[in-house]
Amino acid sequence: MSNSNFSRRGVLKTGMVASAGLALPTYLRADAHSGFTNAPGDSEVILGFNVPQTGPYADEGADELRAYELAVEHLNGGGDGGMLSTFSSKALDGTGILGREVKYVTGDTQTKSDAARASARSMIEKDGAIMITGGSSSGVAVAVQALCQEAGIIFMAGLTHSNDTTGKDKRANGFRHFFNSYMSGAALAPVLAANYGTDRKAYHLTADYNWGYTTEEAVRSSTEALGWETVNAVKTPLTQTDFSSYIAPVLNSGADVLVLNHYGGNMVNSLTNAVQFGLREAQANGKNFEIVVPLYSRLMARGAGESVAGIFGSTNWHWSLQDAGSQAFTRSFGTKYGFPPSQAAHTCYVQTLLYADAVTRAGSFNPCAVVEALEDFEFDGLGNGPTLYRGADHQCFKDVLVVRGKENPENEFDLLEIVEVTPVEQVTYDPDHPQFQGGALGTCNPGA
Amino acid sequence: MDQFILQILNGLDKGSAYALIALGLTLIFGTLGVVNFAHGALFMLGAFVAVTLSKILTLSHKVVDETRTDFLGNPLQVDVPYVYDFFGEGVGDLLIDWSVPLSILAAIPIMIAIGFIMERGLIKHFYKRPHADQILVTFGLAIVIQEIVKYFYGANPIPTPAPEAFVGSFDFGVLLGFDPNAIIYPYWRLVYFFFSMIIIAGVFAFLQFTTFGMVVRAGMADRETVGILGIDIDKRFTMMFGIAAAVAGLAGVMYAPINSPNYHMGMDFLVLSFVVVVVGGMGSLPGAVAAGFLLGILESFASMSAVIDLLPGINQIIIYLVAIIILLTRPRGLMGRKGVMEE
Repeated sequence: MSNSNFSRRGVLKTGMVASAGLALPTYLRADAHSGFTNAPGDSEVILGFNVPQTGPYADEGADELRAYELAVEHLNGGGDGGMLSTFSSKALDGTGILGREVKYVTGDTQTKSDAARASARSMIEKDGAIMITGGSSSGVAVAVQALCQEAGIIFMAGLTHSNDTTGKDKRANGFRHFFNSYMSGAALAPVLAANYGTDRKAYHLTADYNWGYTTEEAVRSSTEALGWETVNAVKTPLTQTDFSSYIAPVLNSGADVLVLNHYGGNMVNSLTNAVQFGLREAQANGKNFEIVVPLYSRLMARGAGESVAGIFGSTNWHWSLQDAGSQAFTRSFGTKYGFPPSQAAHTCYVQTLLYADAVTRAGSFNPCAVVEALEDFEFDGLGNGPTLYRGADHQCFKDVLVVRGKENPENEFDLLEIVEVTPVEQVTYDPDHPQFQGGALGTCNPGA
Repeated sequence: MDQFILQILNGLDKGSAYALIALGLTLIFGTLGVVNFAHGALFMLGAFVAVTLSKILTLSHKVVDETRTDFLGNPLQVDVPYVYDFFGEGVGDLLIDWSVPLSILAAIPIMIAIGFIMERGLIKHFYKRPHADQILVTFGLAIVIQEIVKYFYGANPIPTPAPEAFVGSFDFGVLLGFDPNAIIYPYWRLVYFFFSMIIIAGVFAFLQFTTFGMVVRAGMADRETVGILGIDIDKRFTMMFGIAAAVAGLAGVMYAPINSPNYHMGMDFLVLSFVVVVVGGMGSLPGAVAAGFLLGILESFASMSAVIDLLPGINQIIIYLVAIIILLTRPRGLMGRKGVMEE
C-alpha cells in the first residue's frame, strides 16, 4: 500500500497552476528580461512567413514562399546572394541577421482574416517568430498587422494594395513595401488620358469589399481630375463567378471605358466575360471601347489568357525590368525555380531583406529599434529605383509601373509589357490625404 | 425593353448550368434517395476533362531557337506540340482549337465511370443512413476531389477558350430593331444554351421513351413493387447515377470557355443548385429545370444597376428571397410531389 501525501485537491491545484503557466503565451514568459517579444537566442532567429497555402490565392502564396526561402538562403550566405549585392545598404554580409542563422516557420492564411490571425498568433506564441510577413489580401494584412501591433512583433506586409493598410488601419509595427490604390490611380490616369483622350465616360465594376472601394475611389478621382466622367459604378459580390449580367448593360450605358476594380478570380472572370461580350471590338460614343484593370498580377493574368491583350493596368514590379536589382533577383529566382518571379514574390523577398537590414543597422531585434531604423529609410537597388520608407505612415514610395497585356506573348510568363515607369513624385501624396484619413500610426510596441 | 431582353438572355445561360446540375441532383435523389453534395465536384471535374484534353493536345517538346533568348538570357526553348509532329501544323491547330467540343467525347465515358466508382465505392454504403450522414460524406468527398484537382492543376483559373469560330458576340439588338450594341450576346453562351436544351431533352426522352427509362420511373414511384416484379432496380439506379454524373460533367465541359475553370467552381454552383432543386420541388425533374431557368433569369434581373440602386444588396439575396416566398406559398416547391422527403 502506498503512502502518498498527494491529495486530490492538491493535484488539481498544482495541475491548474502548471497548465496556466504552459498556456501563457511564449512572448509573455520567455525572454522578458530582454524587454521585447520573442528575443532570439545567440545562434538563430526565427521569421514567420504567413502566406496563403490553401484557398484561391494558393499559387500566389506558393510564389511568396519561394521568395522567402530564397531570401533566407541569401541572408545565410547561400546561393548567389541575389539582391544583397545590389542593395544600396551594405549592412548585410550573408552571415544571417546579427550573426544569428535565419530559420523560418510558415503559416497558412487561407486568405481569411481569422485564419491568418490564428496562424500568425501560433507562429508568435509557439514558434517564437520575431517578425511576421506575407499575405495576399488587404483584409488579411490589416488583421495580422493589428495582431502584430498588440503582440509587439514587426509586420512586413506582403501583397496588399488597399489604401487602408497604410491609411486608416496603419500601425506603428507594420510596414508596406507594395504600392497602393492611390498610386495605381495616379500612375494610370495620365497614361489612360494620353492613349484614350480626356473625353471619356467610365463605367466601374467594383468588388464589394474594402480593396474594391479604395481602388474605385482612387481611379475615379484620378481620371475625373483629367476630364473623364464616371457614368456608373456598380458593386459586384466578391463571390460572383459569372459577371455577364453586370457586363451586358455596359455597352448601352453611354460609357466608352469599363474599369474592372477586381482582383484574383474576380478579375479573371470579369475580364474574360467582358471580352466574350465583344467589348474589346465595340464602338461607343464614336470611339473604340476600352477596358482597364487597375491592379494587374501576372499570375492572375495567366488565368485570363488572351483576354488581357492590349489592356492597361498597373503593377508593383515586373521581372523584365532591366535595373541591376531586378535582374539579380530574377536570375536567382529563375535559376532556382525555373521560371521568373511574380510581383508578390518580389515584394516578399524585398521585405525580408529590408527587415534584416534594419535589424543589422539598429544593432538590435527590438521592434522599436527596427521601426526607428526603417522610418524614413532611403534605399536603392531593390528593383524599384530610389525608394523611401516614409516614417509618417510606413508606406514605401517608389516608381510605379504602368503595364499593358501583350498582344503576342511568347510564353506563359511573357504576358505584360511595361508601358511607363511612373516617377515616384507623381504618385506621392500627403500623409493626411483624404483617401488615407481616419487612423493613427500610434507608437511602436515592443511587447513583453 | 432592350435591357429586359438582355437580362432574359443572360439568365438563360446561367439558368442552363443551374438546370443541368439540378437535373442531375434530382435524378440521383429521385432514384437513390441520396442528397449528393459532391455533385458540384462532378461539374468541376467535367470542366477539368476539357482542361486536361487541352493540355494533352498541347503537350510539347522543346526546340531550341538560337535567335531568341529566354528571361535568363539563355537560348529560347520553343514549345512544339506533339500533335504538329503527328498530324501537321494545320490539323494540329484545328485539334487544339476545338479541344473543348472534342472533350465531350472523352467526358461521357470518364464521367460515367467516375459516377459508377463513386456510387459503388462509397455512396451505396450510406443508402440506409440518415440524410445528414449522406450530406456529410458527399460534402467530404467533394472537398477531397477539390483538393486533388488543386494539387495537380493549382489554385488559379486555367483559360480554356472556345473554338475560334465561336469567339465574339451576336448583336440581337439589330435583329430585333434596337440600336446596335443594345443587346449583344456571346456566341458560345448561345451554344451553351442550345447544348443544355439538347441534354435536357435527351434525358427526358431517355426516361420517357425507353424501356430502361420506364423501369427507372417506375422504380422512382414505387421501388419495392418493381423489385417484387424481379427487376434489379438497384443496378439501374446505379446506372442512373453514372448518367447524372455525365450530365453534370457535360455541363462543366461546355462551361469551361465561359469562365476559366478552377478547383472551386463546383462549390460556387452547388449551393445555388440545391436551392433550385428545393424550389423546383424535391424529386421533380421538370421542376428542377423550370426553377433553374427561373432563378437564373431572376438573378440576372437583380444584377441590373437600376435594381441595385433601388434595392441595394438585392443581387446577393434574390435567389434565397424567391426561394423563401415560393416555399411559403408552395411548401413542396413549384412541382413537388406529396410524400417526397416528408416521411
